[in-house]
Amino acid sequence: MFELLGISPPVLMGQLLLGLINGSFYAVLSLGLAVIFGLLNIINFAHGALYMMGAFVAWMLLNYVGIGYWPALILAPIIVGAFGILLERTMLSRLYHLDHLYGLLLTFGLALIIQGLFRNYYGISGLPYQIPEVLSGGQNLGFMFLPNYRGWVVVASIIVCFGTWFMIEKTRLGAYLRAATENPVLVGAFGVNVPLMIMLTYGFGVALAGFAGVLAAPIYSVNPNMGADLIIVVFAVVVIGGMGSIMGAILTGYLLGIIEGLTRVFYPEGSAVVIFVIMAIVLMIKPEGLFGRPA
Amino acid sequence: MTESDVLLKVSDLHGWYGESHVLHGIDFEVREGEVVTLLGRNGAGKTSTLLAIMGILAKRSGSVTFRGTELIDMQPRHIARLGIALCPEERGIFSSLSVEENLMLPPRIADGGLSVERIYDLFPNLRERRSGNQGTKLSGGEQQMLAMARILRTGARVLLLDEPTEGLAPVIVQQIGHTIEALKNEGFTIVLVEQNFRFAASVADRHYIVDQGKVVDMIRNNELEENTQKLHDYLGV
Repeated sequence: MFELLGISPPVLMGQLLLGLINGSFYAVLSLGLAVIFGLLNIINFAHGALYMMGAFVAWMLLNYVGIGYWPALILAPIIVGAFGILLERTMLSRLYHLDHLYGLLLTFGLALIIQGLFRNYYGISGLPYQIPEVLSGGQNLGFMFLPNYRGWVVVASIIVCFGTWFMIEKTRLGAYLRAATENPVLVGAFGVNVPLMIMLTYGFGVALAGFAGVLAAPIYSVNPNMGADLIIVVFAVVVIGGMGSIMGAILTGYLLGIIEGLTRVFYPEGSAVVIFVIMAIVLMIKPEGLFGRPA
Repeated sequence: MTESDVLLKVSDLHGWYGESHVLHGIDFEVREGEVVTLLGRNGAGKTSTLLAIMGILAKRSGSVTFRGTELIDMQPRHIARLGIALCPEERGIFSSLSVEENLMLPPRIADGGLSVERIYDLFPNLRERRSGNQGTKLSGGEQQMLAMARILRTGARVLLLDEPTEGLAPVIVQQIGHTIEALKNEGFTIVLVEQNFRFAASVADRHYIVDQGKVVDMIRNNELEENTQKLHDYLGV
């Protein structure tokens, strides 16, 4: 059937895989944005810059300290998360009593500063990061060739996304988070330290971005603009999925990655804009997003 | 009443919402194990008084002491940790949490809270609804019971109940009355804000009358008869 359409299965499968990989990054990043937005009511424009930082921290750990990919996969998110907590404590926390827009402006400014600093020291040409030994090579699946590392990216992102979903929706800690998202004043009046929760939540959301950055390092070249390019698409994903829905952010991420991949097969000219077209349509039909609750 | 019996003492409590001065020097005290009501017209400052005790109404001055500790400069979460719990007027059931998650949400702050079994004995309806249900899918009465039930587990000994009977059917009001009696027998100290005077009379030891942000009178429950006319004047019922 594919042959009739003039499309060979390997091409289709190849683009599907590419779509799934892009979708993995969309999912992890929009998940972090959704978690942060839920509790802090802040649209974290610095998310792309912190994703880029995750990739750079992995590169620095390798080149300055000799720490390889696997430890970096844990360490870089912790470092980026700690940096996020520093931003939250020193700057963001002063804006909670103001309109959302101020948080957006602040994080947008922070993104520009962080990117500018990295551009200043590392240029824009991009730095290479080797695929870890164990994951080099690939599998011949018969209908297509699957590079091991790309398979790993998909698996790792699924584990992290659904682990996060489970933590938020099914555990006691997550119940605090959901409750504080709805009514932080009342949760505080029960004796819960809500400011601490907010700080850790921001740290966690940002650590997710750092994690995505490490995953991305061996695929895309490590460069200061890598986050800025990606984050615009991720914001469209979040708008489509609906702000504040955890499962919505995850599923929309994967789904749009795949749709983007399919568009590249059937109508390549449209692949760069398809997500934004979908965003426009969703905004017209269901402004709260596919998984969002009406405000 | 000796000074040492007094568990919660509110003196010259003022409170503001932004620029709007709503509490103009509230004075009252509650002894251990007592049920005390704040009665008054709409907008008299009853709810604001509870919110100010809890620290949620943050702009406040005067003095609130609990077992001799001054609360006026404390954050709500620290006040809660001393053993004071609020059941808010709007009930505050979380829609993204199941019934059981709502019940188990407030952290334990001390020993001596009721067991979950005992809580389900007090509120049999909640036992039937415990699994699966989204908290806000409950009926109004069940939501009220859940809002009360969840603060009984934590070990808090002072309960601030804000209009627990508002908008509920008479049979549910009766059930909540029995529950408050049961809690009194368990040794809880209760400050009850009420519009429903007959309900208040059926459960409380003493009544404070709040008007225009001040406590204007105190009436013991056993002296209600001879003060009926006075009460009618205060409350306009």
